[in-house]
Amino acid sequence: MDNELRSIDHEGLGTLFSRWRAGGRRILAPRRENEKTDFAEVQAPGEACLDPVQTAQSAKSAVFPRVEELFAYRRRDGLVELRERDLADLPATVLFGVRPCDAAALAGLAAILNWDTADRLFSARREKLAVVAVSCTRSDERCFCTSVGGGPGARTGSDLLLTDLGGGGYLVETVSDRGRALLAGAEDLLRPAAGREKDKESRLARVEKRFDPERVRAALQSLFDDEVFWTEQSLRCLGCGACAYVCPTCACFDIQDEDGRRLRCWDSCGHALFTLHTSGHNPRPLQSQRWRQRLMHKFSYMPERQEALGCVGCGRCSRACPVDMDILEHLLAVAEAKP
Amino acid sequence: MEALRNKARELLAAGTVKVVIGYERGSAGAARAVFVRDAARAGSLIFDETCRQNLAVYLMKPEVRRLGKAALVAAPAALRTVLQLAAENQVQDGGLLLLAPENGGVAVLAELSAVEARVAAQDPEPGREEREELARYEAMTLEQRRDFWQEQFARCSKCYACRAACPLCYCARCTVECNQPQWIPVPAHDLGNLEWNVMRAMHLAGRCIDCGDCSRACPAGIPLHLLNRKLIAVVRGSFAFRAGRAAKSDNALSTFRPDDPEDFIR
Amino acid sequence: MSERDILQPLPMRIEKVTAETPDVRTLRLAFADEAQGKAFAFRAGQFGEYSVFGEGECTFCIASPPTRRGYIECTFRQAGRVTRALADLETGETIGFRGPFGNVFPIDDWRGKSLLFIAGGIALPPMRSVIWNVLDLRDRYRDITIVYGVRTVADLVYKDELAGWGKRPDVRLVTTVDPGGETPDWTGETGFVPAVLDKLAPSSRDAVAVVCGPPVMIKFTFPVLARLGFAPENVFTTLENRMKCGVGKCGRCNTGKYYVCKDGPVFTFAQLKGMPQEY
Repeated sequence: MDNELRSIDHEGLGTLFSRWRAGGRRILAPRRENEKTDFAEVQAPGEACLDPVQTAQSAKSAVFPRVEELFAYRRRDGLVELRERDLADLPATVLFGVRPCDAAALAGLAAILNWDTADRLFSARREKLAVVAVSCTRSDERCFCTSVGGGPGARTGSDLLLTDLGGGGYLVETVSDRGRALLAGAEDLLRPAAGREKDKESRLARVEKRFDPERVRAALQSLFDDEVFWTEQSLRCLGCGACAYVCPTCACFDIQDEDGRRLRCWDSCGHALFTLHTSGHNPRPLQSQRWRQRLMHKFSYMPERQEALGCVGCGRCSRACPVDMDILEHLLAVAEAKP
Repeated sequence: MEALRNKARELLAAGTVKVVIGYERGSAGAARAVFVRDAARAGSLIFDETCRQNLAVYLMKPEVRRLGKAALVAAPAALRTVLQLAAENQVQDGGLLLLAPENGGVAVLAELSAVEARVAAQDPEPGREEREELARYEAMTLEQRRDFWQEQFARCSKCYACRAACPLCYCARCTVECNQPQWIPVPAHDLGNLEWNVMRAMHLAGRCIDCGDCSRACPAGIPLHLLNRKLIAVVRGSFAFRAGRAAKSDNALSTFRPDDPEDFIR
Repeated sequence: MSERDILQPLPMRIEKVTAETPDVRTLRLAFADEAQGKAFAFRAGQFGEYSVFGEGECTFCIASPPTRRGYIECTFRQAGRVTRALADLETGETIGFRGPFGNVFPIDDWRGKSLLFIAGGIALPPMRSVIWNVLDLRDRYRDITIVYGVRTVADLVYKDELAGWGKRPDVRLVTTVDPGGETPDWTGETGFVPAVLDKLAPSSRDAVAVVCGPPVMIKFTFPVLARLGFAPENVFTTLENRMKCGVGKCGRCNTGKYYVCKDGPVFTFAQLKGMPQEY
């Protein structure tokens, strides 16, 4: 989008933050708390903690909160009044410090939530969100963005992409119109990138491509009925929802009525009773079937129906899993399995 | 470790057990659960300071139960768990073998009385760090505790990793999964989070054996073990009862005797 | 319709409550807003999400035919929280409705064919819509046969309509109860649906079948249909799965690559063969 690479120093970034806030935006960035780093509201870049390879939880709550009101209702004398959710009170937000995988994940979320019909709430939040991603200069053994079409310096989904130049400065790439709008009037804070600063590639982490998603997809389809394979893969899985909840592209949800409001909240296909019928019949009574569903949905069904992979290789599920269900390890096993 | 592996090989080869539930080396240097059914694979078993998960959680998992009679590689917390599960009629005496690694060897505990003896012998009191952490917590006023937990639970997303990791949370249908009535709200708002975490701690009062897996499992890093530890101290103080010490015991909060003190009822 | 949120219901008034059996109710509903009522259209097979505000939503097929305008009907058995709350409501009270969702019975493709409808128990409601739809367009179809089986006589739903269908010369109706479910004055068949179907032996020539019922009934009915010569692509059924959003977003009804709420609820047996049994 912007042919000219520019750079900004730490002080300039601080001023940018103030201007964004003065313009009515809240800023979400990774912040350290209780030995975990997660997205929270910050005032200044100094509060942001970009040290860890990745945050524990994703930033998806900015567009798909853990709980949100769909509408309100009031029952009186057998009649019901409904009050539509006012979208005007949704905050304009800058998401700062997400990794390229997280920026790409927003498209994955949109693929689910806007499939076939638009999800008004999600779309409204997405519309008000500007994404300032930061390239990865380090990765760990859980990362596999390059296997799923991403990369440590990929621009997909960001509005601005920053790369750490050291000393508190960043290379700035303007990726979209929204990114350009974020920098409007900030010419005084930016200067053209000079010399070595322009070399983004050499600063990026090396993330080796480990598998081909097409091959995984084909293998998954032929492995579907292999009960032994799925049971072996999932014996130690406890069926908690940690993987789905920390995942930036998981969007399964529940709907609950409470105290005059209909709420939407996160749910997980890994939970034992996710598919339970009122009759007591459960289509997926075994953890092996639920684990299989996770992989099938992300790597087979979504590519086929929503034409998007349901995974960006951020590795959060693997890091969060209390029993080391490392998804990369499982995908490699799938790719190499003989059906 | 070799003694453990040999014992596992022996038990599997003889058909004494169908599966050895133990630890193997996982990714990123961590240990993780392994279910060895073939004596030839017993070499993957390890036991060291990275082996912290309470493997007793798998004793209540249907997919593992159907593998057949099991031997469980048991760290001290798992031993206490087995006794508490036995006290709750979930584990039969003689229905399980426990392999307790020790001093380069491995003790095989086939009967619950042996497990009781071992737990009594080990019976560690909380270490200095633990006591200090609890003391800091107890030094907080009720208002401070309320604020503390409100702040902590604000990060809870109701993923139920704490429930899934806890070997004593084995209800086939958790109270939060009942909707007639919906006792505990499902969504992860402040009230829902508070009610869930406090209710779970209450359901574990007098039963929790303090393995700490709940805290380790929590993706948000909430120190859930503090709630449980405090309740353990309260139950010990009020009922002189400690869970996970006897294969036959009454539940502290649901056992009533006519001569129970009543002076607090006004 | 304006750009409204797909998750927001429209208010509907309960116009009539019929107790089909002690635990099965039919509600006749009309949009509280007449303009919405006039604009509303659906096709047989589609379902809706019915709200009792404060309790939740429930998924039922629209049980009335699209050929009858001005109202819709749903029939349900009290089974859980929302159905119990629905059963407590009276004429004049308001519920919410979202829909129509899902796919349809391809009744245009069935023109000139004979139709065989087989229903068990509480599964007659999903079929009632398409049955009335084709009866309202009777001359487009050849033979119409309805086989309906329940456990006991008391479990029959739509008793008055059954009596009406039974009297029609252009419909062949066979009702049956399970052995032991008959009353002294029962004049219908006695026996399980697959056995009754076998005895009836309807022709499969230029015919399609629609089968809805409990899984065990379907399991034993399909081989009978196969023996009679019905090809799997000519046998239709409706699937049920736990739903929340009803519009393919919440993930709950996902079965293989299909969403029962978007790709169903109407499926052919040929499609079911290619689908994991996660329903």
